[in-house]
Amino acid sequence: MAADTLGIGPLQVDSRLFVGSSNYPNLQVMLDAIAASGAEVVTVAIRRVDLSDPSGEGVVDVLTRGGYTLLPNTAGCYTAKDAVLTAQLAREALETDLIKLEVIGDDRTLFPDAEELLTATSQLIADGFTVLPYTNDDPIVARKLMDLGCAAVMPLGAPIGSGLGIRNPHNIAIIREMISVPLIVDAGVGAASDAAVAMELGCDGVLMNTAIAGARDPVKMATAMNLAVRAGRAGFLAGRVPRKMYATASSPIHGVIGT
Amino acid sequence: MRVQVNGVERETAAATVGDLLREMGIDSAKRGSAVAINDSVAPRAAWDETALHEDDRVEVIRPVQGG
Repeated sequence: MAADTLGIGPLQVDSRLFVGSSNYPNLQVMLDAIAASGAEVVTVAIRRVDLSDPSGEGVVDVLTRGGYTLLPNTAGCYTAKDAVLTAQLAREALETDLIKLEVIGDDRTLFPDAEELLTATSQLIADGFTVLPYTNDDPIVARKLMDLGCAAVMPLGAPIGSGLGIRNPHNIAIIREMISVPLIVDAGVGAASDAAVAMELGCDGVLMNTAIAGARDPVKMATAMNLAVRAGRAGFLAGRVPRKMYATASSPIHGVIGT
Repeated sequence: MRVQVNGVERETAAATVGDLLREMGIDSAKRGSAVAINDSVAPRAAWDETALHEDDRVEVIRPVQGG
């Protein structure tokens, strides 16, 4: 199969699956699952150093050894101000301009705050960041994020960690039509079929964490997600048949015995 | 001098960010940590020359597992 490389700003990846590094039973399962997922890009969060244990082995070390591209996030930030500072600290810590921008509006749904998100996006792009914003499945906000210069737009499929799948495939399809930068479904995937659906809708990639880390067998689920993203992508590129109300026979109509 | 580090008041003899990190047992040569003072990033290359002042709010972060 010909190369199907995805470019996001300066980043070039062959795998269209992006994974988080959180909530695994242990670090080894995390590494095994990420390897099985085929992902090249792994997200990390930015947190205060634990003053009582400042020396602990960081996830950065093990992921860097694995050759992964680290994508820091601004998870936990509720204001543009906090998100911008977190992104700047991430850049300093990891020597990367990549940022998965999250500005949350509510702790129960973890839905993005569109107003703060757009504000933070403007500031970070002016500051030279490659911004990948986590956003609601709102086509207008998605278009605004693209117009501000985001390297990709990452609408949620469903609330973070919910496993509900792609709750509004029609909005994802509309966003796909409206934006020309890479479109990555971020959050909400529960089953491998959800990831395939996202890709069949024409998304360029899928980002997930809980769906893999929280599965009974994370490594096996990582394999399933790897295959699902590939299957969905191939299905999208192949072009599906139109939906019809009534049957069209697959077998020849002529020559049936007794007619 | 009294400063606030990651939201906790701390009495320190450190004159610079570099001194403070050493006092806290953080290996400042190692990639993976970053510092902000009063909401501005203190560049790693200048930690040993970045002076601390009374009541500075210092944030010391590092990447952790996240989604």
